[in-house]
Amino acid sequence: MSTLTQINPVEPFLRTDRMPHIWCPGCGIGTTVNCFARALVESKLPLDKVALVSGIGCTGRVAGYVNLDSFHTTHGRAIPFATGLKLANPALNVVVYSGDGDLISIGGNHFIHAARRNVDITVICVNNFIYGMTGGQVAPTTPLGAVASTSPYGCYEHAFNLPFLAESSGAVYVARWTAFHVRHIAHSMVEAIKKKGFSFIEILAPCPTLFQRRNKMGDGLDTMRQYKQRSVIKNGAHTREVDIDLQGEIVVGKFVDIERPTLQQSMEQQLRQTLRDQYAGMGGA
Amino acid sequence: MPTLTTASSKGVLTGAHFLDGDQAACEGALAAGANFVAGYPITPSTEIVERFASRIPTVGGVFLQMEDELASSIAIVGAAWGGAKVFTVTSGPGFSLMMEHLGYAAMTETPLVLVDVQRGGPSTGLPTLPGQGDMMQARWGSHGDYEVIALCPNSPQECFDLMIDAFNLAEEYRTPVLLMMDESVGHMTEKVVIPSPDKISIYPRRYTSLPPAEYLPFRAGADGIPEMVKAGDGYRIHVTGLTHDEKGYPAMNWKEQKKLVGRLVSKIRDNAERIARWEEHEMQDADVVMVAYGITSRVAQRAMQLARAEGLRVGLLRPIVAWPFPEKRIRELAQRVHSFLVVEMNYGQMFYEVERLAAGHARTELLGHGGGMVHEPEEILQALREAAQ
Repeated sequence: MSTLTQINPVEPFLRTDRMPHIWCPGCGIGTTVNCFARALVESKLPLDKVALVSGIGCTGRVAGYVNLDSFHTTHGRAIPFATGLKLANPALNVVVYSGDGDLISIGGNHFIHAARRNVDITVICVNNFIYGMTGGQVAPTTPLGAVASTSPYGCYEHAFNLPFLAESSGAVYVARWTAFHVRHIAHSMVEAIKKKGFSFIEILAPCPTLFQRRNKMGDGLDTMRQYKQRSVIKNGAHTREVDIDLQGEIVVGKFVDIERPTLQQSMEQQLRQTLRDQYAGMGGA
Repeated sequence: MPTLTTASSKGVLTGAHFLDGDQAACEGALAAGANFVAGYPITPSTEIVERFASRIPTVGGVFLQMEDELASSIAIVGAAWGGAKVFTVTSGPGFSLMMEHLGYAAMTETPLVLVDVQRGGPSTGLPTLPGQGDMMQARWGSHGDYEVIALCPNSPQECFDLMIDAFNLAEEYRTPVLLMMDESVGHMTEKVVIPSPDKISIYPRRYTSLPPAEYLPFRAGADGIPEMVKAGDGYRIHVTGLTHDEKGYPAMNWKEQKKLVGRLVSKIRDNAERIARWEEHEMQDADVVMVAYGITSRVAQRAMQLARAEGLRVGLLRPIVAWPFPEKRIRELAQRVHSFLVVEMNYGQMFYEVERLAAGHARTELLGHGGGMVHEPEEILQALREAAQ
């Protein structure tokens, strides 16, 4: 007599002893984590050599659920933490996984500088257009006119266009998907993790509790339907032209995939060229 | 407890040198084996990272100039979890920005050294002139409860020596350790003798020997301190600034808060008598005891000579480790001396500690100012005459 057991293929990548997670029904973050686990399977990377770093916020909690060396750092500072971790231990594949408020508002300065330096890390930004953990406040990603708890009459500040910001700051890989595009997300994650240099993926994700509800956009499933209808895949689109508004077309795809020496490569090349055999290397772990 | 080792010869410039305090602090860090610095320029601390940037490529390691002090103070935490021995340096305004990561390092028990070359404050204050106004910020500056260790050199030689001690204490107690210099000590040039590597004791990182299945990253040993691992070694650890259990998992309740934060505090407090260190001069017959540290202790020493020449029985107690404070010794002295005179470049910080410990048994006076210049020996002498009344 045979016994049938059901094994979820992503289970080995999760700290199942920490379930249930804190995310709301219909939230898109869990979907992206599922994609990430599948990307790790596909990438065939040794998991002991993958480290995940998060900041603070709903997406910041990802670090607590993945069965990897994982670091839940301070608000906005996941990227400089990851920079230190990567340069001290270059054998690690370091992935920063955090939200739009964390990475782009309080952490915005670190984001542009890490892209400029071309630190060899992957940054995954789950963009739900508001601050979720604190109750749905306006963010630098909130579309014009959108209602948030601190923009009760509609947002009147222009939002950052994240792919454009990433590319113009120096990122070598830039892609955007929505939580509807699960296969594309996983595929981009594999490419980004394997890419040498600063790679960036923006994933638009529903926050039914705080964004969709306040803006009368329905629940998580309705949002998925909207993502499907509003999204247009334009690989190679000019990032200047991929702004997002509340109702219109959402341009998704892989926008940037170029080669440029990483921070470590530039550092070693410069020091070796100047110091020759006196250069003693990075002294890494 | 791990066995002490000796310094690697790679970074040690054995011999007699003529160095300022900033340069000596950098050499101390290299001798201690520091191999990763993330820094941000700020007067009067910049010479430390300039020297590190110039020296480390030939020793083996990384220097990275970051975009701000928030970045530099968290990049070193990341590097420490990657296996590096790390420090960063700053002064007043940067010290304020680093407070968040002082707390994060305390909460995650990350060994690191943070150097504050103090200048006059508050705010931008006096960038090129000395102050000692950050002493309580060193102790209480980050939110919530924790204990720190802070050292206070008064010469370039001590900047070298105490930098090594700071690294050893950081590793022993798995905690951030502060080296509280001041602009005068940082920019004063004196003879600094660097011993041979075999004369330099190094406290190695407390790496676990347990296999991953048996290891809990925040389970403390009998001494209250957990063993560490680094990322990439197969332990799949989780590290968070949230209150966490022994597994490192977030635990949002008062019981885990009490267990964790209680341990963070007691691992230092229970060892306070061991960590506290001070120097005494002319204490045997002293009626008036000066308490002074850093550059101020050097002027106080001159004032003590002048007072003794007048027949005043004056002694000097110099905290070398500022925090934990030499509490027991101040309490003992309070039972037999007439008064304390605390001389410091602030409007009263360590003064309140001395007053608290004197507990009414000895009068406690403050001779303080907000920085910008060191005290004159004559003004201290005048205060000593009054304190002796």
